[in-house]
Amino acid sequence: MKRILALLLASLMCVSMLAACGGNGGTNEPPASNPPASNPPASNPPATQPAGDDVPDAPPADSGSDLTASLTLATYPVGKMTDEAVINELIADFNAVYPNIEITVQYLDYTSGDDTVNAAIESGNAPDLIFEGPERLVANWGAKGYLVDLKDLVPAGTYDVTVSSCTNDAGAVYELPVCQTAHCMGINKDLFTEAGAMQYIDEENHTWTTENFIKAVEAVAAIHPKVGVVFCGGQGGDQGNRALVTNMYGGTYTNPEHTRYTANCEENVKALQTLKDLNGIDFDPAIVGGDEIQLFCNGTLAMATCWNVSAAQSDTQGKLANFEIFPMAFPTESGDPLLQGGIWGFGVFDNGDANRVEAAKAFIKFMTEDDAQYTKIVEATNFWPTREVEGVYAGTDNEAIMTEYGKLVPFMGDYYQITLGWAEARTAWWNELQNIGSGAKDVQTALDDFVATANAAAEAAE
Amino acid sequence: MGKKKSESMSRALVRQETISGYLFLLPSLFFFVVFVIYPMVMCVFTSLFDSTMGKDTQDTFIGLKNYIDLFQDDVFLKGLLNTIIIVVVSVPTVCAFSLWVASCIYQIQDWACSVFRCIFYLPVVTGSVAVAVVWKWMFNGYYGLINTTGTGLGILKENINWLGDTRFALGCIILILFTTSVGQPIVLYVSALGNVDQSLVEAAEVDGATKLQVFWKIKWPQIMPTTLYILVITTINSFQCFALIQLLTSGGPENSTMTIMFYIYHTCFKLFKYGYANAMGVVLALFIAVLSAVQFKLAKSE
Amino acid sequence: MRSNVEHTTPYKVISVILIIILAILFAFPLYWIITGAFKTPAAVMAAEPEWFPSEWTLRNFETLFSKRSAPLWELAIPFSDHFTETGKLAYFSVGPKLPAALRWLVNTVFMAVVAMLLTCGTAAMAGYALAKKRFIGRGILFSLIVCAMALPKQVILLPLLREMSALGLTDTLWSVIFPIVGWPFGVFLMKQFAEGIPGEILEAARIDGAGEIKTFITVVFPMIKPGVGALAIFTFINSWNDYFMQLIMLTNTNTLTISLGIAKMQGENATDYGLLMAGAALAAIPIICVFLAFQKYFTKGITMGAVKG
Repeated sequence: MKRILALLLASLMCVSMLAACGGNGGTNEPPASNPPASNPPASNPPATQPAGDDVPDAPPADSGSDLTASLTLATYPVGKMTDEAVINELIADFNAVYPNIEITVQYLDYTSGDDTVNAAIESGNAPDLIFEGPERLVANWGAKGYLVDLKDLVPAGTYDVTVSSCTNDAGAVYELPVCQTAHCMGINKDLFTEAGAMQYIDEENHTWTTENFIKAVEAVAAIHPKVGVVFCGGQGGDQGNRALVTNMYGGTYTNPEHTRYTANCEENVKALQTLKDLNGIDFDPAIVGGDEIQLFCNGTLAMATCWNVSAAQSDTQGKLANFEIFPMAFPTESGDPLLQGGIWGFGVFDNGDANRVEAAKAFIKFMTEDDAQYTKIVEATNFWPTREVEGVYAGTDNEAIMTEYGKLVPFMGDYYQITLGWAEARTAWWNELQNIGSGAKDVQTALDDFVATANAAAEAAE
Repeated sequence: MGKKKSESMSRALVRQETISGYLFLLPSLFFFVVFVIYPMVMCVFTSLFDSTMGKDTQDTFIGLKNYIDLFQDDVFLKGLLNTIIIVVVSVPTVCAFSLWVASCIYQIQDWACSVFRCIFYLPVVTGSVAVAVVWKWMFNGYYGLINTTGTGLGILKENINWLGDTRFALGCIILILFTTSVGQPIVLYVSALGNVDQSLVEAAEVDGATKLQVFWKIKWPQIMPTTLYILVITTINSFQCFALIQLLTSGGPENSTMTIMFYIYHTCFKLFKYGYANAMGVVLALFIAVLSAVQFKLAKSE
Repeated sequence: MRSNVEHTTPYKVISVILIIILAILFAFPLYWIITGAFKTPAAVMAAEPEWFPSEWTLRNFETLFSKRSAPLWELAIPFSDHFTETGKLAYFSVGPKLPAALRWLVNTVFMAVVAMLLTCGTAAMAGYALAKKRFIGRGILFSLIVCAMALPKQVILLPLLREMSALGLTDTLWSVIFPIVGWPFGVFLMKQFAEGIPGEILEAARIDGAGEIKTFITVVFPMIKPGVGALAIFTFINSWNDYFMQLIMLTNTNTLTISLGIAKMQGENATDYGLLMAGAALAAIPIICVFLAFQKYFTKGITMGAVKG
């Protein structure tokens, strides 16, 4: 029985292998007509499109609602963007206007999401739409030629600085920005008050000088030895320690043109050396950004460098803390911090099918052009809009907290995460921080090595 | 089934044997060729190219350059060393430990024996992702169970950052791998020991043999086949140790838990050096092939 | 039969005590998972561990079950894309939309069971042929199998990925199942078992006029059954835990396996450990029940599992 089954399978496979090899990667005979038949109501076929043009080219429709396609949307956990109910509602809005575009959602995570997408690209199975930030869309997949230029979709009123962060050297917009935030620090206000460290903080503006930061850490360390960590576990949250290091003495991470890495500058060396010598700050290669937040929220650490508004609102993080969390900008000498921004938006993969690209663009246009719909998607991301729009979060439960954290958004600095070779540079950054933490290398050597590795990657990517 | 018979076989019979042999082999061979041999050949092929990720990139033939680079790559050599350490440490410990546990529990009451067998099997069935999460918490450098109990009992002077310390991280990985590996060997050994011919044991005891002598002279040879099977599956499992490293340390700190398997994955999906990753795969495959062949030859000669 | 029960030596007592301690350590992770699944987020995250939940909650399971949904059961028919009109895989699809975690469990069971059945079936036949048939290429083939048997899948990661895409199998469970079946350890094991079949029995069957297939089913298979049992367990557990292949091959909510589904439930800078524990408990409990129920059978199956070197 089993044998027969296996034999059957085997012969089936032989046939299809031959077909697949002969047919150049699964290009199938174009079906004569393909009406919404691919849209069965009950089932929800996963997006298993073999690479190739299996949907006949519909005439590039201008009356959008005639578009027929089956798309895959991949989302990273940005705010509530991996919450099925929220996404389904957005898709339902879209389908009310475009009933023939079917959207399947892939939920990604930051531990293995990149690998999943890379594997999908490599197997010709890339999603059509993807929701992420410029470091992945512009610096990685865009730079490697997989994405479509979305210049013509940028809605009026979008902030210039945001658009430029989503644009590559050649002027192609690989990410259509939807929302943004400024990553900040969080401190345990109760503990800081108890240690008498609140005097070092400008509570009005949520800022502190580097000198005061050091004093504050020392004061807190006297009553609570674990103040903060420079985590370097190697998967997520590098924006936190990058911002801390570059802000302290005004160093830079890349050159202004975003072509080469400059993290080995004097200021950064000084900053890392200070952090290494500072009592109360440890280098920890065993944890990543998420762990730091957890340790902060349960009171183990007195401050977090990987903080943001969505962590503050999370049921399993900020809301669990039994102390007051106070958001802070990163410390600077000048008192003018440059926060690491986060900008998220849509990218469109070019799967060699003009029709699918068209449909994906229609989706983006639908989500971002109309103010009401745009407000809805921004609220779903739990961050702030990237273009002028009235009344986001007005009247919602989040209004108060969004206003408080919103004070930090104007501090947003240069979005240098679009420098070429970013993925490789990030890995090297972790390794070198680990080397600094363990004392295997001195700060200067480690940063020099980082720059050498990162620049080699940037060069290779040109 | 001796030589004599095969000589006396007629040609037709030989032919029939060949045909039926291959027919029996066909399904298995098909999967083997399509999903192991063919990818392996492609792997060798790609390893000679400067292949990378990118829509418009052209692969250039670079001969053995990837291989030459490989042996100058410190991370690769470190990974090779760590892989060897993991296999060399975990295989004998798993075998010895499971034999010891099995020999202690196989004679106790049936119900107790099954309870123990089950408990040691639990980490195997719990799944590596779940196990990794729990152990990550247990090894937590701030308030993990091991630190709190250790300092509480006075064994540890201060909290140790187990997974973040180059001295301990690999040991921790091996320990977790160990807990997820002993389940099956214990079950196998318990049944193997239960099946040892009791009359031989009793006869030896009557002759005044000590426990140890009984074990080595009578039981050990009888459980030898089980031991071999356990050696093979434990070696395989040790080489497959991937999830633990990905979920717990990502190869760090300072590559102290980097294994070749993880480095291949990392090179592919983080550094996008496909040709290089494939070259690594070829070297690892050769290494393992030689190891397996040696293991098999040794087993056969015993 | 347990004749030695009454001989209680100090060595034995000490070792049993030691084993009890070790057993507690081994059982601890599962205990922690199960209790963790019922703890409140605050208790899961607390710096002071809560040894026993002070407050039981179903919140984690509620989150787990409300997070995603998928049809309970859906099976891609491999290679059907070459026959369907749309050029896409055809699906058997039944079952209502349910929490995806249940679907992941179904997927995992399906994957492990199919991989097990296919592996055992093909390997038993191949092992028998390699052990008992004399044909050209046998030696080479066997050497190849021995060499490839411990090969980690990472080695052929990329080529396999490309191959699956050429076959149109990416993101289906088949892309995980087929490489498991192709992996030659099973053939090796079965060959070792089949060597033990006396030639006379086969000869007798032949003289009785039994055909090849009949001989295999009625004579050979019963004799290598213990080996098949061992292989079945090994394959089942290995595919259940084969996190790597799943990670690479599966992306869609509908095709995930339970361990991958759990691993993917992490946020950007957040890991909801309570949720993870609930998922892990959901994954572990069925297979533990299976193990408990079939424990006797499992061990009996392997009992005669004498592998000849």
